[in-house]
Amino acid sequence: MNFYVLSLIKTAIVALALLTALAYLQWVERKVLAHIQLRPGPYRVGPHGLLQPVADIIKLMTKEGLMPPGANLFFYLFAPFLAVTICLISIVVIPFGPRVELFGVQTNMGLTDLNIGVLFILAISSLGVYGVALGGWASNSKYSLLGCLRSAAQMISYELPLALALAAPLLLVNTLDLRRIVDAQGGFWFGLFPQWNVFAGPFPQIFSFLIFLIASFAETNRVPFDLPEAESELVAGFHTEYSSLTFAAFFMSEYANIVTVCCVATVLFLGGWQPLWPAAYGSNYVPALVHFAAAAVFFYHGAQALKTRMWDRFSFPVLGFMFLGLGVLFLIPFLQPVLIPLFWFLAKAGLLVFLFIWIRGTLPRFRYDQLMRFAWTFLFPVAVVNLLVTGLLVALTSK
Amino acid sequence: MDVWLFLTFAVIAVGCAINLVLQTHPISSALSLVGVMGSLAVLYLLLGGEFIAAVQLIVYAGAIMVLFIFVIMLLNAGAERRPTRRVVALWISLPLLFTFIALAAVLVESQAPRTEVVRFGGFTGGTAAEVGRALFTRYLLPFEITSILILIAILGAVVLARKEI
Repeated sequence: MNFYVLSLIKTAIVALALLTALAYLQWVERKVLAHIQLRPGPYRVGPHGLLQPVADIIKLMTKEGLMPPGANLFFYLFAPFLAVTICLISIVVIPFGPRVELFGVQTNMGLTDLNIGVLFILAISSLGVYGVALGGWASNSKYSLLGCLRSAAQMISYELPLALALAAPLLLVNTLDLRRIVDAQGGFWFGLFPQWNVFAGPFPQIFSFLIFLIASFAETNRVPFDLPEAESELVAGFHTEYSSLTFAAFFMSEYANIVTVCCVATVLFLGGWQPLWPAAYGSNYVPALVHFAAAAVFFYHGAQALKTRMWDRFSFPVLGFMFLGLGVLFLIPFLQPVLIPLFWFLAKAGLLVFLFIWIRGTLPRFRYDQLMRFAWTFLFPVAVVNLLVTGLLVALTSK
Repeated sequence: MDVWLFLTFAVIAVGCAINLVLQTHPISSALSLVGVMGSLAVLYLLLGGEFIAAVQLIVYAGAIMVLFIFVIMLLNAGAERRPTRRVVALWISLPLLFTFIALAAVLVESQAPRTEVVRFGGFTGGTAAEVGRALFTRYLLPFEITSILILIAILGAVVLARKEI
């Protein structure tokens, strides 16, 4: 098929899926946080608040966009546009699955493959600071300015350990192409345990993985490093003055950053779409079984619905049938080569996203000096030592 | 395709560079410089220098210019005033500018004649592996000396900053 047509179709699919996921990520985050804090969370709009994202989008679109007096109008409007563009670009180099053939068309799952995929992601993420810095500066507000200065300083500081943590697994796989990085992690120890970079020889990259996770919490301005938007000190940080769609753009870029970071961590450390154990031991049935289990849970809760929530008697079985259908899809032989790698990729990335939310519900916020000291006196030296040890062991064991 | 990409980003680069000089606000100028660097990265990419393109973005656009903007924001530098004798400056500088551009054009024409085709795409010396191999074998000594220079600069900055505290 024509390259352009194929790219257009793939881009449309990925863009639609990503934007829907971003909208619903906010629902997931509110629900998970609510359950951590023993409350039901969004419940009014649709069954279990499932239509809440739609309502939020309509609300944000119909609100008045306020211009703070004295703001630099061009940069005030340019900043959210920049933020959202930059954080959506990184997704184009993420490989979601292997080369597949569907309806007679062979294609790589993923939008594009670059020789310098890792460098591309680093370059784009290093530009991400502009949206935040400009937005905070152009708002002409002291809270925004302080928030954006904090955020810029934090993003620059944590980019060093992040890049050093990325470099260590690259020494093991010996390429910058994300697709080949995943292919290099395809083997199994003793034919059973995965050779992902976190478990790979000669030096398992578990420390790099942890450093990468910690630094990416700071890069995405999430708890426990959410100093730029510490509401008790700075109202809302760099986007204090934003309202309506410009606020929605910043909000979306925050979630898009989380998704990108989790996808990168999955590709570099957790073996991308490679399964947890070989298909010879039945790993191909895991996706279907997981969906059937979810369906069973929904049916059970639908039957056991509380008297006060009679609507659940209807909505839970409907969801149960949806998951049953999804599970059956994973058993259709000609869809399997597409869906099963996709399942493993999304499961790993989804677990990491859940970890982000989980930590937001669990940890308190650092103080600003603690944050900087942690980056420069602990994380950075550890990342350097980790890189040196990995390099030494790779040099000693390579043929 | 290559030619159109080259023309687009060359125009963007030159436009951003002119805007850099014309703007009065330091932030606008700094961001125009980011635009210049971004379009230069695309031009490197068109020449097959993919590593240098990525490094251009990471180092210049992502680190150095962020530092510039950071400092401008911290100092809260406002817009400068235009100099008063603009008309006189314009009358003198415009002919000088044209002369300079004409001289540069003549020089480029004599050094790189039109018969020699600028290579797009086919040039393959710019992958990360090749740059790395060149840096760590043929250019190892200059590379290490540069690192030591940078280390000395860092030490100097630390010493200078310590005096202030």
